[in-house]
Amino acid sequence: MNLFLQLPFWFQGVLKGLAVIFVIFPMAGACSMAERKVSAWMQGRPGPNRAIVPWIGWIPVVGPVLQRLGLFHLLADGLKFVFKEEPVPGQVNKFYFGLAPVLGMIPAFTTVAVVPFGAYVGSGGEIVPLMLANVDVGLLAVFAVSSLGIYSLILAGWASNSKYPFLGGIRASAQLISYELSLTLAVVPVFLWINAPGAPATWSLVKVVEFQSQPGFWGGAWFLFTMPLSAAIFLIALFAETNRQPFDMPESEADLVGGFHTEYGAFKWSLFFVAEYSNMIVGSGVFTLLFLGGWNPLPWLPLAKFAALAGLLGHPLLLGIASVAIFVAKILLMIFFFMWVRWTVPRFRYDQVMRLGWQKLLPLSILNLAAYAVGIAWL
Amino acid sequence: MAVVPIQRKPLTLAERIYLPQIAAGLWITLRHLFSPRVTLSYPEERPAIPPGYRGAPTLVKDPNGREKCVSCQLCEFICPPRAIRITPGAIPADDPSAHVEKAPQAFDIDMLRCIYCGLCEEVCPEEAIFLQNKYSTSGYTRSELVNHKDRLYEMGGTLPDTHYKWDRKKAAAEEGASHG
Repeated sequence: MNLFLQLPFWFQGVLKGLAVIFVIFPMAGACSMAERKVSAWMQGRPGPNRAIVPWIGWIPVVGPVLQRLGLFHLLADGLKFVFKEEPVPGQVNKFYFGLAPVLGMIPAFTTVAVVPFGAYVGSGGEIVPLMLANVDVGLLAVFAVSSLGIYSLILAGWASNSKYPFLGGIRASAQLISYELSLTLAVVPVFLWINAPGAPATWSLVKVVEFQSQPGFWGGAWFLFTMPLSAAIFLIALFAETNRQPFDMPESEADLVGGFHTEYGAFKWSLFFVAEYSNMIVGSGVFTLLFLGGWNPLPWLPLAKFAALAGLLGHPLLLGIASVAIFVAKILLMIFFFMWVRWTVPRFRYDQVMRLGWQKLLPLSILNLAAYAVGIAWL
Repeated sequence: MAVVPIQRKPLTLAERIYLPQIAAGLWITLRHLFSPRVTLSYPEERPAIPPGYRGAPTLVKDPNGREKCVSCQLCEFICPPRAIRITPGAIPADDPSAHVEKAPQAFDIDMLRCIYCGLCEEVCPEEAIFLQNKYSTSGYTRSELVNHKDRLYEMGGTLPDTHYKWDRKKAAAEEGASHG
């Protein structure tokens, strides 16, 4: 750790950036594979189960199990996307066409930096969060940067110079702008609650988790229990923000062929895919931090107590790994929930999406905010 | 046509909130997640062929090993996509089945044209052509997908015969001759 801190600042940054790419990229790929498997299982199919690397297939029990789980299809898909020929249609605006998928990756990977993904108990008994950049604007940074992701979809739709991508891009921008309002308003009560008058105000996600790990009945309750409506609105808006079913208007392959990425193929297309899944991962992470207690294993069982119970108090490294595992497990559960909903709920019509966003969710989140503001002021 | 007005019940509150409906749907898909798979892993597992299945048309022999086709060409004429080509031929006099009218010299069924309609089987007066249970046809060239006579007999095999039409005809002719 000390060795790492002695490195020049720019080199630390490069290492952190590479870490993000090498963790999130495979995670996003694994999510796409999991999506195929989960969809298959829900439809009574075995799903992809053929690809295998021969010398791994020779391992007696593990090989066939890995094959049946379809893990090597992930490898095969990835290699295919890298080596496939990239057709660029003649009508596109080449510069922006190439720029769009890259722009999609930037917010997807940048937001990871301010999301804490674990913690350990320091020598003084204080909780030290694990994150790349512990900035006080926290959630605000996530919102600010992740909303830039629309530009990728709009650019892709516009630069493709063809009608379906264009419609997809327009729908994407309309949808993302509509749901961003409810998304942001839904989390304001959380920060109203944790920012006690007099104390320095914060938008930090670490503070939110710390607030959920206090002793006592109210202190240890996750915000999911104390603010269920906020959690529900945030979750619904999150589905819309990540363009997941039932809100995948920008893509809606039934009426828009492929939406904004109709004209894309090979690696550029896979970049959109990775960006979508990275957004899902970061979104699930933020939801977990805000409403599901972050790295606390169970409600009313904060990490420090868990460390004392498991005897990990003196081992910051082990505790750190355990907390990251807990956090990642929660994220994976959330991602499973995303997939579960996708294969359950049919896509909404465009006008239904708009009506839900503006006429239902937005008034509801404003009322929710007002109710909590009054309640918190009263207490 | 009488118009039947259908009463549409107004949605209940739970239906209008929609989240309980989604929860019910989630419960259904969750049960499916743990229910057994229904897919047949095709090349390893093969489907059970039901009786009366119309697979590739084949030629059959009777239990005595005689080829039943007499090359009347009815199947060739009825075949809607003209997949069948028959070259009729005479049966040599020293053949054990010389009492039969004719036999095909060549019999080709082009599986690229065949539509598996089964009209050839239906029209055959000799019960010589049957659509059996071969359902997978593949090849690397067009000519590979034309089934010639020997291959058709190989696929068809022998089917039971209750008539022995030509043997009885021969016996009747011999008996009639002996009666003068």
